[in-house]
Amino acid sequence: MTDAPAKERSEAAGARNAVRPASVLVLAVLVLLLGCSLLFAAAFGAVQLRADDLLRMTVNHLLGPRFEPTWRPQDEAIFFSIRLPRVAGAATVGAALASAGVLFQGLLRNPLADPYALGVSGGAALGGALGFLLSVSFSFVGFSPVPVLAFGGGLAAMSLVYGLARSGGRAPTVTLLLAGFAVSAIMGYAVSFLLIMNDRLQINLPRVYGWLLGGISVTQWSQLAVALAMVGPAILGGWLLRHSLDALSLGEESAQQLGIAVESDKRLIIVLGSVLTGAAVALGGLIGFVGLFAPHVTRVVVGPRHGLLLPAAALVGAAFLVLADLLARALLPPTEIPVGILTAFVGGPFFLWLLRRERREYRL
Amino acid sequence: MSALELQAIEARYPGRRTGARSGPADSPAPVLRGIDLRLEPGEMLALIGPNGAGKSTLLRVAGGLIRPSAGRAFLADRDLTSLRPREIARQIAVVPQEGPVPVGLLVHEMVGLGRTPYVRRLLGPTARDRQAVEWALAAAGVAGLADRFVDELSGGERQRVILARALAQEPRVLLLDEPTANLDLQHQVAILELVRGLTREQGLTVIAAVHDLQLAALYCDRVALMSAGQIVSQGSPEAVLTAPLLLATFGQRVVLSAHPTHGVPLVALVPNGNARRVVSGQWSVVSGAPEASWSDSLCDQPLATDH
Repeated sequence: MTDAPAKERSEAAGARNAVRPASVLVLAVLVLLLGCSLLFAAAFGAVQLRADDLLRMTVNHLLGPRFEPTWRPQDEAIFFSIRLPRVAGAATVGAALASAGVLFQGLLRNPLADPYALGVSGGAALGGALGFLLSVSFSFVGFSPVPVLAFGGGLAAMSLVYGLARSGGRAPTVTLLLAGFAVSAIMGYAVSFLLIMNDRLQINLPRVYGWLLGGISVTQWSQLAVALAMVGPAILGGWLLRHSLDALSLGEESAQQLGIAVESDKRLIIVLGSVLTGAAVALGGLIGFVGLFAPHVTRVVVGPRHGLLLPAAALVGAAFLVLADLLARALLPPTEIPVGILTAFVGGPFFLWLLRRERREYRL
Repeated sequence: MSALELQAIEARYPGRRTGARSGPADSPAPVLRGIDLRLEPGEMLALIGPNGAGKSTLLRVAGGLIRPSAGRAFLADRDLTSLRPREIARQIAVVPQEGPVPVGLLVHEMVGLGRTPYVRRLLGPTARDRQAVEWALAAAGVAGLADRFVDELSGGERQRVILARALAQEPRVLLLDEPTANLDLQHQVAILELVRGLTREQGLTVIAAVHDLQLAALYCDRVALMSAGQIVSQGSPEAVLTAPLLLATFGQRVVLSAHPTHGVPLVALVPNGNARRVVSGQWSVVSGAPEASWSDSLCDQPLATDH
């Protein structure tokens, strides 16, 4: 078979050949970017620290005293017990949301899918609002009732959506999306109802609203440890499913024909995405846009294959949320702007610019 | 040992019911009934029949994508339903009629997905994977498109990329659903020549659902004619492509002649009355010359001339 006619057509159509950057290079650059944003964000605050000091503190802490301290002892305390948990928390939430976005966009073959697509946002919002409403106080490995109930609510909503969408051993993608939308909407309006009944229920409205918009609230290392123990393995698990996610982009029938156990892998993807989203909600409330924006931005650079897309998007999401959280603290001190507002204000216009520049037509 | 064998296959789609009153509520009407089909290695079978006859469903059953509700399917004498998807995918490749077009995927990456049944969870592609992809790209004539985006290709180019993906699976059995539907004349012939070559050189077994009866007669050893979920006739193209059978299944009158150079049955449609014109007289094909010469005269029907 000859290529000549194809080539002529291609040139006539103004075709372009694409070159992908090397995976190692992409990941190295992104790790460096994340490291810089962590240091930069940790240095900023009511007490200004020097980024290079923070680096030396970290080295001393990990490898024993290598550098003579040029900083005050209380600086070290501020860094290790306040700043570092906060910025590491932001990075964890960003990585979790971005990875969940990659998983759900891959699973649902829908560019609009985000970590909240299968009802997590509604469930988590309702759980969190109930947490504010119920005057119970307990602590679960450093978490107060609100994040615990939000995590539980999110997972419950997701299970409900999956259960509703399933019929005859299959959970069709479009049914999943529609069920997710409906469940999320119902629960979202339940939250609105609770808020509107505020005069009877005596909820601290600004606090609930601030939580709904999202804000990193990490106060203890134990919270971070729990979240990382969920997020790390879940991202690794998603990476192990990279071939299934790639094959699913061809449609479920083609994926099955390529040897993928479609329904069981879909279920695994949903479980992993739920764990990621739940962990993110527990640490940071309902932060929007990261899970939509990070996968798309990353895909433009590295392409749609999940072996590279998933870790790269996780790093992009982490760095982005660390910087957004820095802005949230820095813009109107001492007021902390809910970080969800910043992710929308910063990420949104950038996302739209990208959409205009790429002009790629999405066909489903 | 047969490459692929279907015995008394019956298939139903769940939820596709024929109406509340006809039959028990839980058993939708079968889409396939009593399908018996046996293919030897290296054989190429054309599946023909009107729209909705069950050709695509038969390919799905043969590819292990849906389980038959009755009957048995064997792949190289092993029960198809006992095999895991990955084992099936190493032996059977399918070129579907249509599917979603992944956005932003490069052609060589798309063809690389054909190696999915061979991938390892923790490691990257092997040298053998790369070889198979390169061979498949070249065989399907899309090596020149390797670094192009799949969503920017023409329909015909994409069809060949999907064939390349199927070839990268290194299958023993290839199932083609309308493989020539989007292709121009040259590429229709090229694809079927390629596939036919593979059946000869590698013993590849092929089932192709086709609408073009001429291509079926030219390239396939055997033709199976389907109608309403059953195979109503199977055998050599000469045996199956007959005017009465085609009229009975397609509801369309045809006349058959012999292919001028290859002698296989050539099916000519007989229009129902509104054809533009009838050309009478001799026309001869001059060997080697691209144009045929003919004398045409409009018959005396009241037809408008076009110039």
